[in-house]
Amino acid sequence: MTAVEERPAREVGSARKRREDAHLLTGRTQWTDNVTLPGMLHVSVLRSPVAHGRISRVDAAGARGVAGVVAAFSGADLADDWGSLPTAWTVSDDLKTPPHLPLATDKVRFVGDGIAVVVATSREAAVDALEAIEFDIEPLAPALDMTAAMADGSPLVHDDVPNNRCFTYTEHHGDYSATRGRAEVVVTRRFINQRLIPSAMEPRSVVVAPTGADEYTMWSSTQVPHFVQIFMALVTGIPQQNIRVIAPDVGGGFGSKLEVYAEEAITLVLAKRLGVPIKWTETRSEACQVTIHGRDLIQDAEITATRDGTVLGLKVDLTADMGAYLQLLTPSIPLLGRYMYPGIYKFDAHEFGCTGVFTNKTPTDAYRGAGRPEATFVIERMMDELAVELGMDPLEVRRKNWIKHDEFPYTTVAGLEYDSGNYEAATGRAMELFGYDELRREQAERRDRGDTVQLGVGISTYTEMCGLAPSRWLGQVGYVAGGWEAATVRVLPLGKVEVVSGTSPHGQAHETTFAQIAADALGVPFEDVVVVHGDTRTAPIGLDTYGSRSLAVGGMAIVEASRKVVEKARVLAAHQLECDVSDVEFSDGRFSVRGSPDAAKTIQELAFASFAAHDLPGGESPVLTGEAVFDPEVFSYPHGTHLALVEVDTETGAVRLAKYVAVDDVGKVVNPMVVEGQVHGGVVQGIAQALFEEAIYDEDGNLVTGTFVDYLVPSAADVPSITTDRTETPATTNPLGVKGVGEAGTIASTPAVVNAVVDALRPYGVTDVQMPCSPQRVWEALNQARGGAQ
Amino acid sequence: MPRINVNVDGVQREDDVEPRVLLVHYLRDRLGKTGTVVGCDTSNCGSCTVLMDGVSVKSCTVLAVQADGTDITTIQGLSAGNGLHPVQQAFHDQHGLQCGFCTPGMIMAAVDLLSNNPDPSDDEIRDGLEGNLCRCTGYENIVRAVRQAASAQVGGEQSGATGSREEVPA
Repeated sequence: MTAVEERPAREVGSARKRREDAHLLTGRTQWTDNVTLPGMLHVSVLRSPVAHGRISRVDAAGARGVAGVVAAFSGADLADDWGSLPTAWTVSDDLKTPPHLPLATDKVRFVGDGIAVVVATSREAAVDALEAIEFDIEPLAPALDMTAAMADGSPLVHDDVPNNRCFTYTEHHGDYSATRGRAEVVVTRRFINQRLIPSAMEPRSVVVAPTGADEYTMWSSTQVPHFVQIFMALVTGIPQQNIRVIAPDVGGGFGSKLEVYAEEAITLVLAKRLGVPIKWTETRSEACQVTIHGRDLIQDAEITATRDGTVLGLKVDLTADMGAYLQLLTPSIPLLGRYMYPGIYKFDAHEFGCTGVFTNKTPTDAYRGAGRPEATFVIERMMDELAVELGMDPLEVRRKNWIKHDEFPYTTVAGLEYDSGNYEAATGRAMELFGYDELRREQAERRDRGDTVQLGVGISTYTEMCGLAPSRWLGQVGYVAGGWEAATVRVLPLGKVEVVSGTSPHGQAHETTFAQIAADALGVPFEDVVVVHGDTRTAPIGLDTYGSRSLAVGGMAIVEASRKVVEKARVLAAHQLECDVSDVEFSDGRFSVRGSPDAAKTIQELAFASFAAHDLPGGESPVLTGEAVFDPEVFSYPHGTHLALVEVDTETGAVRLAKYVAVDDVGKVVNPMVVEGQVHGGVVQGIAQALFEEAIYDEDGNLVTGTFVDYLVPSAADVPSITTDRTETPATTNPLGVKGVGEAGTIASTPAVVNAVVDALRPYGVTDVQMPCSPQRVWEALNQARGGAQ
Repeated sequence: MPRINVNVDGVQREDDVEPRVLLVHYLRDRLGKTGTVVGCDTSNCGSCTVLMDGVSVKSCTVLAVQADGTDITTIQGLSAGNGLHPVQQAFHDQHGLQCGFCTPGMIMAAVDLLSNNPDPSDDEIRDGLEGNLCRCTGYENIVRAVRQAASAQVGGEQSGATGSREEVPA
């Protein structure tokens, strides 16, 4: 019995258990912080204790005498070693991109801004010696509230950015004011999409080893080793080809490691200066302060409609907190959502505006969904508000306005062409699993009885754009690079297969799912395929992992590269079988002559023949290898219907999420087990925004929620079991029919849960509860609605 | 510097340690037991969970000197060779891990949970793992994994089996 006979007829679609588990389950891991090299030193960063202040003096000399200390530098000492950290997206002509040095020299702009470093023989010695650095910072009043920060006379985060305005952006589709003239109903709301701390479980870590003449190997806990290589070259002036970046095991990212960080530049520059390996690993409290935050928007929305429930126009105006500096993608995040505000609905007009504001807080950037959860939150909350205004069932309003399954492809008011979808099917399945009608009945009964514990039903019929991204589109919107992805597929001499991918995982199972794709494409056993990734030396071409792009873009590159391998093998097969190339059929790893199935060569046989190269057809080069770069022409559009049931104690404000059903349509599925896992995790992250998490600053700009004691990442005991199912409407825009799933759960679940909480409290006149819907917030909303003092 | 005698994953150690050194740093930095990881600095996340004399502890909350005279089991000592402990096997079978950073601590906590309560309900599993945070899985498949491990253990006892260690697929 061979492995070939045991394997499923097709790998794609099967719930293969993950091959990456073996080392993760047994502790044979390669987290960056596990990297230990001979002679390695440790760096620790002295960070600003104030949110805003002018630096008059930083003197690192005192630290140099402390036991174990090898070197200590202020920002000024290293100012010539680097330039500004990058921002890769020029979102508007008026974008202000103030300098962002890895260590501050003139002003500190948030609590945690680095001002000096100590290098020592141990982590402990480096931390201890920070206390010996002397510094004088003249405190300045901080700009903390976004709205106040834009007012005349506000403290300026950057002295040359008036009113702290980073950028303004507007976009008009159709004539929104005209819809206002025709509208019979206008609903206006303001939402606060609170600041979140991404909280990947692995804190960031960087190790840099000098390996030659101005040559370095960097291990970094990053989603984007290729970005880091390019930008480290630009920031430090070290030639790009001399910087090898390795993303070894990476313990979660969620966008927070889609970044080029100060500590990467610091570690690299110190390794260059001192000529020995240097390690930096953040503590959790450091992570909370200096690893990027997510969300943080004021969202003003207005929807116009007719009495029968037909939506006309949508107006959205955002104020977005950039924090103290622009990180890699900071200004683009609120704008990435601009296409998603109309959701799945048929609007005549959409008006969008956004103002980016600097404040003396941790920079914000991409956090799971990156602009799309924020957009989905608004549209799905607004559809509920509109339903209440009209006295309609919220599902009915959605049904009335969504794109019908036979109307695809459909170009939305925001200008995106949705290729496929079936909102009716996903919603129908979700309602069935949820027991929608029955729960509505129970809700009515509780309302009639005046129970103190009320039921609320929340709906989210979301879509999103995945597969970042068409390079042409990225260029048009001011992004510095493209969005293609690369793959190399090699059949090794002994018939085994090596797939090299430019996108690397931090939990998403690329090693398993990419092997499934290649196994099918080449007709080889799954076990014979290894996936190589996450190292700019071994996988030099790539654009990394974010925006649910790995499968929809990177997977396509593997399909294409595999196809090239098959075509190359077909030519060799024809030569060996003495027939015309067009007569060679390929199926399940065998090349046979049409009409003579016994005359055949396996891909493994051909791989060795190609390697030996003793008898190749004219013009053919040795070795069965194929390379491909796939650049998508369009986005993909997963969608789904999520339903949440909450019990709200109207006396205490306590919310219990009693039931959650997620029916997602992510197109064709490579590995249903992996897809379901992505949905579970995404949903809980979205629930966490709805119910638990919020980054809070005090009036001086100190992060109050600076540890896991104060920042409530939910545990198993805080969340319910999630019921999942799928409908499958294949994407028509790629050969696999896949759409992407990494962010869907997070995008969908936040509005579902908040809609449920508000729904439970409707009889009391509550129209909104600000996230997170903590007992206190719920109680306050109830009390206010009842006319009580706040 | 105090001297400690501690058995780690079956190997007896005798080491001088600074009084302030945490058990997790002793394990990672001194012994190279990097399977055990640090996820927070406030004993909230549980990533560093190990067994001390068979009971789960967060090794960032224990000083190395407090481990003197104890037996420590880390994720690297839970199963021999390439075999998997039933809890490890269950996490693999049920896709109870994604990035895998919380996994060693989660597994050690689950081992302790099952030793106290061999057949827990889903709610008991969730409560029992409350001290271990995971950002990837939403806990759904972790609960399934612990349930599978419980069934395997209960089933194993009933059938008289001595364990169900399987090779992990290469």
